[in-house]
Amino acid sequence: MAKVTLIDTKARANEHAIDARAVNSKEARALYKKREQIYPKLAHGFFRNLKWAAMIVLLGIYYVTPWLRWDRGDGRVDQAVLIDFEGRRFYFFFVELWPQEVYYITGLLILAAFAIFLSSALFGRVWCGYACPQTVWTDLYIYVERAIEGDRNARMKLDAASWSWRKAAKKIAKHAIWILIAAATGGAWVFYFGDAPTLFRNIFTGQADPVVYLFIGLLTLTTYALAGTMREQVCTYMCPWPRIQAAMIDKDALSVTYRGDRGEPRGPHKKGDSWEGRGDCIDCRQCVAVCPQGIDIRDGDQLECINCALCIDACDDVMKKVGRPLGLIAYDSYANLDRRKQGNPDRYKLIRPRTILYGVLMAVVAAFMIYGLATRQTLALNVIRDRSPPFVRLADGTVRNDYALKLINMTDRARRLQIEVEGPTGVHLLAPALVLDGEVVAEAHADSVMNVRIHVVAPANIGAGSHRLRFTIRDIASGDVAVSDSAFLAGSTP
Amino acid sequence: MADRERDSVSGTETTGHEWDGLKELDTPLPRWWLYIFYASIVVAVVYWVLMPAWPIGNGYTKGVLGFSDRINVTADVGALRSARAPMYQRLANASASEIAADPELQEFARAAGESVFGDYCRTCHGAGGAGAPGYPVLADDVWIWGGSLADIEHTLRVGVRADHPDTRMSMMPAFGRDRLLTSQQVDDVTEYAISISAASSRLQPDRAAAARGEAIYQEQCAACHGATGAGDRSVGAPSLNDDLWLYGGSREEIRRQVEMGRGGVMPSWERRFDAGTLRALAYYVHEMGGGEPDAPPAPVTTPAATPEPAQNGQPNAPLR
Ligand code: SF4
Ligand code: SF4
Repeated sequence: MAKVTLIDTKARANEHAIDARAVNSKEARALYKKREQIYPKLAHGFFRNLKWAAMIVLLGIYYVTPWLRWDRGDGRVDQAVLIDFEGRRFYFFFVELWPQEVYYITGLLILAAFAIFLSSALFGRVWCGYACPQTVWTDLYIYVERAIEGDRNARMKLDAASWSWRKAAKKIAKHAIWILIAAATGGAWVFYFGDAPTLFRNIFTGQADPVVYLFIGLLTLTTYALAGTMREQVCTYMCPWPRIQAAMIDKDALSVTYRGDRGEPRGPHKKGDSWEGRGDCIDCRQCVAVCPQGIDIRDGDQLECINCALCIDACDDVMKKVGRPLGLIAYDSYANLDRRKQGNPDRYKLIRPRTILYGVLMAVVAAFMIYGLATRQTLALNVIRDRSPPFVRLADGTVRNDYALKLINMTDRARRLQIEVEGPTGVHLLAPALVLDGEVVAEAHADSVMNVRIHVVAPANIGAGSHRLRFTIRDIASGDVAVSDSAFLAGSTP
Repeated sequence: MADRERDSVSGTETTGHEWDGLKELDTPLPRWWLYIFYASIVVAVVYWVLMPAWPIGNGYTKGVLGFSDRINVTADVGALRSARAPMYQRLANASASEIAADPELQEFARAAGESVFGDYCRTCHGAGGAGAPGYPVLADDVWIWGGSLADIEHTLRVGVRADHPDTRMSMMPAFGRDRLLTSQQVDDVTEYAISISAASSRLQPDRAAAARGEAIYQEQCAACHGATGAGDRSVGAPSLNDDLWLYGGSREEIRRQVEMGRGGVMPSWERRFDAGTLRALAYYVHEMGGGEPDAPPAPVTTPAATPEPAQNGQPNAPLR
């Protein structure tokens, strides 16, 4: 048997002699290689704190939002944010959208797209580094892992150790907490689709809809898998964003950068040695140890790097210790790298044609949406003409057409709506059940669609063919008007 | 096994085949895939035991759970029936105005009526009650046997010229075919019928013939159709004053009806439907546009505020 060793054990031993190995660096990751576990070390510093803060705020928003209440009046939904599929409404604080108004959601998505373009043009992958759910939940999972199993070295030792009760207990505890978090994630998700307090009670008493349990289960599974076991692979292999990223970033965009011009040539440094003729990087590999993506930032900008900036914190710590200026790894741009090469000072150009364009586009979309919401129509009319029979000839020779009217009242109060029709001379409404003081009036309930069957009668001499007809509904109290066009058909005499 | 070659890069065994120096890897199926495959086999076997699965002769293995789609459907239909029963019960006891005042009941009556109409009535009366030659239009305001909810429902119950003992029965003689009138007399009475109808402006009746026909009309037709041709619903005689004709409104078609005296048949639905369904059906037809109020219309007292000005001099249909 031709024995081929897959992994060069000698090389591995060497690498372990050094504190950290970038398991995902280009050289280390052969095409057929299996995933290697990454053990990110805890970083300390400004960006780590910023990430903690972002995590608390974002998770807080996610978990708390469904529990916020918003008074919409008696008997109405009082959840501030709710996607009500059964009632076909979307509630967002003071906004209440009907299914035909989903274009607001489209506007929101366009806005979000421009926002992420803008943030990329300014600060690179800040979304990936701080706000992406994958990052936030992975960070949370690593936090739990660290709390139970210890920091990087302890975790590596534990994984290398043979099975013992102690190891099993730690592993079980970790996975149990992970699953709990995952279940809470899925649990919070369903609260966006139903009344949270009721649903909460029902979930625990087993009375909730099977679909609710299905979705909780599904999201528990995905959360556990994505944040617990897949982690950096999601960013590297599953997410399209790293590929799109390249198009969004230009020479002036800031991203986490190792300033090679200052750091090289790297090498170990003993206390008291001169810094003359060498770079500031002491090759301590702290930046690699903290990296959740398993890469070495000193290899340059990489697909895998999510710009979490933890390597900045790690390196700044080192720089403090060795007494060199901070920022060997920092948010920097390609343009600055070039400038320094030519001996020019750094320049941070946040305002560029690209960022101005994104900003303007965002403002335009936002203005459209605000205008749309501010002038939102709360009254609408749909007219559906009965097609069979196309028209009816009556005993007195007049011709009748029938219509189904949908009176859509999107306000939370009942409305009196006067129905009118305009068309060829002599055309008039016939709706005996709705006649009130000589006017055709319908009482539309709050927040509802009212179906009204209505007849239109035309004189005998209307003439064969199709005639234009316009229906109008008018809120008697407020004067709001909604209009819909339709047609009147008549045939020739028998 | 032992002497199979391994690829140095991937560590996977090769198949041993070689083409121009290229070797094929014998990559095993992924474990997770394999396990799902095994699990599927187990599930299939369990399924055979639990559920109906294998055909044997004229039957099949029933499975220990005793699952049957046929039984389920029967149960579902039964459940649906009993769920709807209270609504039908309410419907059976509701008047037109009561139905109109209760949106839930109204919605139910419309839906139930439309569904039954589509299954049983549409074939002849057309979608939406459009009618066809020989099959009355139900959407207009002309009723042979009456257009109130009660009248419509009664017609539905007993049918027209049907096998019900109390069926709506009228028989127009075939004046021409049965030689009750001569061909000339049929011509004359046809001209007269046209002259008293709204079709007179359209068809320009022969005045002399119409004058001759009047005497025949008063003798032969007036008993049912009335002296002025207004018709009589109690005997199912249509009005001859309007320009709506059950068997067609051309001169030839009108003459042919005098000659042949045709009359269609509508089955009695009483034994087919329960009271609630009949009420729903009647309500649906009543609502097509020409339904009349149940009680005899109160004498029209014109209120101070005149309702919408009537166009072409026709009165507004009374409030339902
Ligand atoms: S942490 Fe800083 S000094 Fe240490 S290896 Fe990384 S870049 Fe060099
Ligand atoms: S290289 Fe630095 S910024 Fe990029 S993922 Fe690793 S630690 Fe985060």
